[in-house]
Amino acid sequence: MTTSMISLQRIAKPALVAAFAATLVACGGNDEPLEQPATQETRPADSGFGTGSANTNRQPATPQPQPPVDPDAALRDKRTLYFAFDSAELDAESMKIAKAHGRYLLANPGVRLRLEGHTDERGTREYNIALGERRAKAVERVMLLQGVSKSQLTTISYGEENPVDLGHTESAWAKNRRVEIQYR
Amino acid sequence: MNTMMSFKLSLITAIALLVSGVAHAELRIRIDGGAVGAKPIAIVPFVNNTGAALDSDVTQVIADDLQRSGLFEPLPENAMIAKPAQPQDVKFQNWRAVQVDHLVIGSVNVRPGGGQVVRFHLFDVYKAEQLIAYDVPTDAQSGGLRSAAHRVADYIYEAVTGTPGVFDTQIAYVTVDGAGDNRRFRLIVADADGFGPKTVVTSREPLLSPAWSPDFRRLAYVAFEDGQTAIYVHELATGQAQQLVRKPGLNGAPSWSPDGRYIAAALSYQGSPDIYRIAVGSKQLKRLTDSGAIETEPDWSPDGRKILFTSDRGGKPQIYEMSSDGGRATRVSFEGKSNSRGRYSADGKRIALVNYDDQGYRIGVLDLDTRQTNILSNGPLDESPSFAPNGAVLIYARQTSGGGELATVTSDGRVRQRLSQSGSVREPAWSPFLK
Repeated sequence: MTTSMISLQRIAKPALVAAFAATLVACGGNDEPLEQPATQETRPADSGFGTGSANTNRQPATPQPQPPVDPDAALRDKRTLYFAFDSAELDAESMKIAKAHGRYLLANPGVRLRLEGHTDERGTREYNIALGERRAKAVERVMLLQGVSKSQLTTISYGEENPVDLGHTESAWAKNRRVEIQYR
Repeated sequence: MNTMMSFKLSLITAIALLVSGVAHAELRIRIDGGAVGAKPIAIVPFVNNTGAALDSDVTQVIADDLQRSGLFEPLPENAMIAKPAQPQDVKFQNWRAVQVDHLVIGSVNVRPGGGQVVRFHLFDVYKAEQLIAYDVPTDAQSGGLRSAAHRVADYIYEAVTGTPGVFDTQIAYVTVDGAGDNRRFRLIVADADGFGPKTVVTSREPLLSPAWSPDFRRLAYVAFEDGQTAIYVHELATGQAQQLVRKPGLNGAPSWSPDGRYIAAALSYQGSPDIYRIAVGSKQLKRLTDSGAIETEPDWSPDGRKILFTSDRGGKPQIYEMSSDGGRATRVSFEGKSNSRGRYSADGKRIALVNYDDQGYRIGVLDLDTRQTNILSNGPLDESPSFAPNGAVLIYARQTSGGGELATVTSDGRVRQRLSQSGSVREPAWSPFLK
């Protein structure tokens, strides 16, 4: 768990900068960029492998009216949930992040999410596709229990096929065992 | 034994690939191990009686096949005292003098009605007798002279070892190169020696789990399309692909029934992944397992009666066996921390699998009679084992610092080969025997 937390911190910081810069570009001079729901991925900007589908599907969600202070905003900036080896259990941090996104969906019934499950390279490919699906569905279940409509959620698993870190070390594997939350 | 030979693609194949617009790498073969205990054999250069240049070096193809099996050590040409062309010219003392057990002589001849015929004789040097002799005709459908040479090597291998050879078979595999938007997955079919790779499918999205139909004519595989998986059946002769199943959720791990009428696969549209039987013609589905666990990687037994699959219903992934109509399943794997992706041998008596323990993921063979598992590879990230149709060799994928590569190992663990190329290679599947 400690490993996951550390890598989450390390990833989140540069990614936030990238997300902020990208929001500015995407909004083309909109005067309230910080009020937009952040829609950029929080994965490391230098990830060697893009997730093919993610690259084509990522679009900013429709801007929604926001209260001036949103306690969930920081949590919602986190778009990647990490998992232990061969596990689909959400730790406390992941649960908080998932629920923050769930609350956003509840408040914004027009917004849709894609939950993309991934695994590390250990284990067989087809089993890992199934394990990635189990992870994505575990996150989906949290949101459904919050009352989010099924029609707002889709899941897909890429198993071990789309790693963010191509290394063969424990730290690379920890980054690859994940569910990516993608606003449609 | 380290690098004993490397295998280079011929210009002919390079040109063929340019036609499809793909500058494509070939598999290079290296042998690790073998040679110790390999049988010395002399293959006298075959005489060309056709009056025309040949597109394949028949002698070299036969010698390479036999050497790479690890069971034969071909005599260098410069060590041959004589080069007889006809059986009556063979003097066995010439071959005893250079200590070879077996001698092959032969010729390439014009075939009446078109094509060529490779004639060969195999002799036992110490018994001073001919073991076999055949005329092997070329056949445009099965790859011409090179394929005929592989068939000659198959005859020799079988006559000496008692096991059918697999030199005239093919392998399917997936390559990946490029990164980001330029990443490309290719499903490729090549001869068992890596020669003549042909791209069957290209995709920006992952391709996996190629499975040969028992009649050798079709490949089932899994592709991602528009953010969803689907199983396709690809007709190799026509290049036409047909979508077999694309349900919501996971569509994976196709395995053909031995009669070619059904494909077993893992689908998750009714919840967690379960094993289903899909009729290839009507696409009708029958659910074979029903649990909340992951059930995937089915493999149909050669007699058609049973199906192996991976399930984590007991906590960790293990291999189970059930009737091919479904029903109660029995766990068959117990070694190490977990086991997955079982594949029957052609006689149904052994199972190739991926075993996981403290030394990582390694390829093992489980004997269903003795219940013993023999670990054949070194790990730490080996996967996707499949038996050659003669059961004597397995092919699998391994991970190196340079990316994924393929490897073969004899089922006794004695001889290994590595098949690598630039970029990453994975998901090998050995074809059935050519019919």
